[in-house]
Formats: sequence, C-alpha cells, structure tokens
Amino acid sequence: MTATADTHRLTTAKAMVDGITAEMDRDESVIYLGEDVGAYGGIFGSSTGLLDRFGATRVIDTPISETAFIGLGIGAAVEGMRPIVELMFVDFFGVCMDQIYNHMAKISYESGGNVKVPMVLTTAVGGGYSDGAQHSQCLWGTFAHLPGMKVVAPSNPYDAKGLMASAIRDDGPVVYMFHKGVMGLVWMAKNQRAIDEVPDEPYTVPIGQARVARTGSSVTVVTVSLSVHHALDVAEKLAGDGIDVEVLDLRSLVPLDRAAIVASVRKTGRLVVVDEDYLSYGLSGEVVASVTDVDPSLLRAPVARVAVPDVPIPYAHALEYAVLPRHDRIEAAIRAVAAA
Amino acid sequence: MTVPTAPPPAEAPDGGPEKIEGETRIDLYRTMVLARTFEEAMLREYHSDKRPGFDIGKGLVPGEMHLAAGQEPVAAGVCAHLSTGDAVTATHRPHHFAIAHGVDLRKMAAEIFGRETGLGRGRGGHMHLFDPATHFSCSGIIAEGYPPALGQAFAFQRKGTDRIAVAVTGEGAANQGAFHESLNLAALWKLPVVFIVEDNDWGISVPRAESTSVPSNAARAAAYDMPGERIEDNAVEAVYAAAGRAVARARAGDGPSLIEVHTLRLWGHFEGDAQAYRKDLEDVPGRDPIPTYEYTLREAGLLDDAAVQQIRASAAEKVEDAVTFAKESPEPDPAQALRYAFAEPDGGAA
Repeated sequence: MTATADTHRLTTAKAMVDGITAEMDRDESVIYLGEDVGAYGGIFGSSTGLLDRFGATRVIDTPISETAFIGLGIGAAVEGMRPIVELMFVDFFGVCMDQIYNHMAKISYESGGNVKVPMVLTTAVGGGYSDGAQHSQCLWGTFAHLPGMKVVAPSNPYDAKGLMASAIRDDGPVVYMFHKGVMGLVWMAKNQRAIDEVPDEPYTVPIGQARVARTGSSVTVVTVSLSVHHALDVAEKLAGDGIDVEVLDLRSLVPLDRAAIVASVRKTGRLVVVDEDYLSYGLSGEVVASVTDVDPSLLRAPVARVAVPDVPIPYAHALEYAVLPRHDRIEAAIRAVAAA
Repeated sequence: MTVPTAPPPAEAPDGGPEKIEGETRIDLYRTMVLARTFEEAMLREYHSDKRPGFDIGKGLVPGEMHLAAGQEPVAAGVCAHLSTGDAVTATHRPHHFAIAHGVDLRKMAAEIFGRETGLGRGRGGHMHLFDPATHFSCSGIIAEGYPPALGQAFAFQRKGTDRIAVAVTGEGAANQGAFHESLNLAALWKLPVVFIVEDNDWGISVPRAESTSVPSNAARAAAYDMPGERIEDNAVEAVYAAAGRAVARARAGDGPSLIEVHTLRLWGHFEGDAQAYRKDLEDVPGRDPIPTYEYTLREAGLLDDAAVQQIRASAAEKVEDAVTFAKESPEPDPAQALRYAFAEPDGGAA
C-alpha cells in the first residue's frame, strides 16, 4: 500500500486497467473475457489497451452468452487459471445468475474447500444518465446477500487499482463492481474525484477494509462507490455550517468492515447510510444492524437511510434524480440526523 | 440384476463386437456392474431407516436421491476413453459417471452419508460431488454443468495438453439456454469437449415427446456445426464406439461433438417417486442393459459363471467397504458449519 515516488494521474478506468495489466504481466494464467472487451476496450473502459498489449489469446471477446462464458471462467478457474470475466452491465445478471450464485460462489463450500475458484467477475453498475430501469441498477446487495463471493466496489482510482490486484490474487471468487460514474469517462458527467495520482508500481488494497474518506466528529456517513463522492461534496458544504461529517467508504461489501462502522459511530453517535442500491432488504439495513447488533446505545439519534426507494430506476432525468441518492437528499438527511 | 437374461439387441454397425478387444468388453461390463452395485447399496441404505412411512429428511442418507440404474452403459462407454486427467461434469444423477471416471468410492460414499471424510466434508451431498483428483464434478441444476466443462477444456487447451472435458446432461436439459450457449461457444472456439445427452425418456414425469421439438438432440448438433450422433438402444458398445470417435476428435484439436444415448431410467426420478405417470414400467425390467450385455459376453465366450461371480463379488466388496467406511466416519462438527464458504490459504485439503 506504500505509494512510491512515481505516480501518474489516472482515471478510475485507467487505474483499473493498470491493475489488470500488472497482474497479467506477472501471471500468465490471468485472462480477460467478456463482451466487447477486445477491440472496443470495454464499453466503460474496463479493458482499454489490454488487447494491444496481451493479444487476442488473453483478451477475448465472447459471444453474447453470459451463462456460457461465465461458466467457462469458472471451469478455467477450477483448473488453475485466474480469469477475469466481465458482465457488461450488472443488470444482465438475470440471464446468467445460476452460474454465478449456484456455481462460482458455492463450489468452494460444496467441495469442503477442496476446489478453489480464483475468478474475478467485473461488472458495471449504477445510474444517473437516463439509461432506464434495466441498465442503471447497482444490485450489489443482491450479490452480497448470497454467500460465497466477495464483493468490492471501488470509488476512486487508487482503490480501483489496488482492489483489482487483490481480487485477482484472491483464491476465491470476487465480484468487482465499478460504477460508471466513477470511471472518469469523457462521455459522462464529469467527476473531479474520478481522476487522481496513482502509483505506477503494483500494490494491493485489502478486501474487507473500509477507508475513512473524511474525518469528522458530528455525523458518520457510511457509503460506497459513487455515493462517496456525493457525500464528500455535501460534507464540504456542511463544514461551513458547523456540521463535521465523517465519511466512511466501505470499499468492500463482502467482507463488510463492521468494526470500522462501529468505530466511527462510537465516535459520532449519529449515522446516515447512503446507498445507490434499493432501500429495502439491502446494504443500508445491514450497516445499521452492524451497529445495533453490537450496541444500540451508541446511537444518539435515529438513523437516516438515503437509498433508492423501492421502484425501478426511472428514465426521465427529473424522475431519476428524484430517486437516486443525490446531494440534496444526502444533505437533508445529514442535517436532520445532526439536529436530532 | 435379478432380471432374467434377454436376447442381445443388435449392435450398431460401428460398435460391432469385432472392433472391441475382449478385455475392453469385460471392463465395460465390470464398470457397469460396479455402478449398479453401488446404486443398489444406496437404494438399500436410503430406504433402510425412513420407515414407518417415508420421510425424505430422515435417516443416515437424507434428502433427494437420484439413482442411475439403467443408465450405466452411457457412463461406462464414455469414460472407458478417459483418464483421470480428463474432466467430467455430471448431473443431479451423477453416481454412475463418478464411478466410471474413477472417483474414490469411499470418499464418495462418505459424502453421500454427509461425513467429514467425504469429497466435500459433508457440505455438498449426492448432487454436489467434487473430486479434484479426477477432475470430476456435478451440478444439481439442469444443463448448468455444461458451461464449466467449457472452461476446463479451455484450460486444458491453453496448457497444450490433449486432455478433454466431458459434459453430461439429460434430454430435458437440452431445452435449456445453457445447453445451446455452450454448444455454440464450444464449436466457435473448437474446445476439446464431448457433450453427452442421457435421454432416459423422462423429465421427471414429462415424456420427451411433450418437451422436445426434435426426435433426436443429436440433430441439434448440426445447428452448431459439430458432429452429432444418437445411440438408440442403450448398448454400451455402441456408446463406446461413438465416444471413441468424439474423444479422438476432441484430443486432436478438431473441436466438440455431441452424443445422445437413448438410455433407461430403471427406477424413479428420485427415491420416493411412485411413478404413477409411467406407462412403460412393466416393460422396463426386460430392458435392463446389464443382463443384456452379460448375455452378449457369455455368448462371445468372454464371461462364464465364475467370471461373472468374481466381478459381482469384487464390486460388492468395494461398495460395502465404501459404505462401511462412510458409516464409521465422523460427522462434521456443527461448529465448523461456516468453514469453506471462502477459500482458505491452506485450501483445507482432505
């Protein structure tokens, strides 16, 4: 995790590719498979440049057959390869979930640890650009709910590279969920934190450790991925009003860093959870339970959850922004919890 | 195997006895007898402690139990061409393929009995057998064993070996998307895979005529530009011959093939299945492939009473040893129920 003197300014997408490149350089068993990951370079830039560097035998365009090629990744992993397999949008999991949750995630357990599945499933998540109900979801709560797969969701270039290295080196399956809004794509809304200095040298970010993205004393905001950026924007604004917000970037949903959540709430006594996934039965409730399971008296005020109310993601811009956890809803929640 | 011997069916032209060595023919018989002996023991053990009445969750072997009696010719004929370096992905009815591929009987029985010494330390059960030593696995989800086989074949190809993967499913699964996606991808990438369809006529209670638009799933192979062959009579030597061609093609790097075998489900879909829907039951015992093949080999002078007795005794000894091992093995510690959900550094190898 030690940064060297040599760094480059990279977008999150380029940092992710940087992480993949480093692992492909050091380990021939690492390959990248998926739809439009070759010449196109990944619809969201997740594999840009890999084909030129490693060739078509290691960076492989697949047919639109997610069940077949995700299953292929599983079988290859069982035989000792370390495939990275891309599901273009997480919303497409409906056509291939059996391979993911009944096979990729369960083989280790069903085999009593005798078979390992060292595989990374990368997938694009998130909305905010009017792509409608079938191309805008996060759904990480669904994957995190099902046992046997680690789930990570980086919010920034540094974590994108380091978590990718950890995911590839992990001996079990890791679902790596990259939000389109943090990738630094030139064809989406600009995001100042989607580009940053990233060490040239390989490094790892451990899976299962949250990061305090901003230290504060008044209210804890627990969040992940793009919502980290929104929370930081709001925190800067509220600092002028005397509300000192601590922002915890979970980085991993599985394992969930419950200790970091509790430690922060122990300090502030107030909790807001911001989650771009659906509200009910998901991450936000799990974060709250992480506190109340340990000690409900840590909370000096009712908790607020800012998530997608339980509706499909709308198309029209105004409707979509009404349901996503954007700045205004986050700010209102923090102010309410701080004042309670 | 209490059925009277029956006249031998006509062998397929390519599977004529003259083309198969006598020792190979005896091996095919031996494999089928071992698989059947195992299934008969499982049948006995499964039902021994579920009375009065029938409680599926009761007894030393609880849960669903799908036995493969009658389908032995498929496993024996295919696996005779494999080594333990080749992969096999089987179905929810996996025992005959596991046995024919050389999975350790003790570890397999122990898994079925839910013991710590089992293939999956009691975490898997009879539909989820994973044996790294023989690259064997199975899945309880219809057709979903096909895609992982592609990946195993892909890895073997990448390593520059001539190892192959055999993917097995039933005729009902040939109507699943995973089946068609897998055939396309395997053909597209010329993966060393042999696809096997065990057509036992029944998708639980639905006859194939009510589920499948084509009379032969082998015809579907043509849609993916690969050879397809259907063995109509559950004859082990015809399976052996067809599998030989398909395995050779895969090992040579010429890509996948599909073989459908019209086989026979002697018993229910699962134990406890009363099979009231099954009109063909009266006719079933006479179609048992093992007495039929035994008759063929006796006629050919390859087996006599002593040899048959020896093969049966040897099978019984191995199977009873495995059952005894399973019963005497420790049960998993409930305090360890959470282990192995995630990979452990030491792998927890048995």
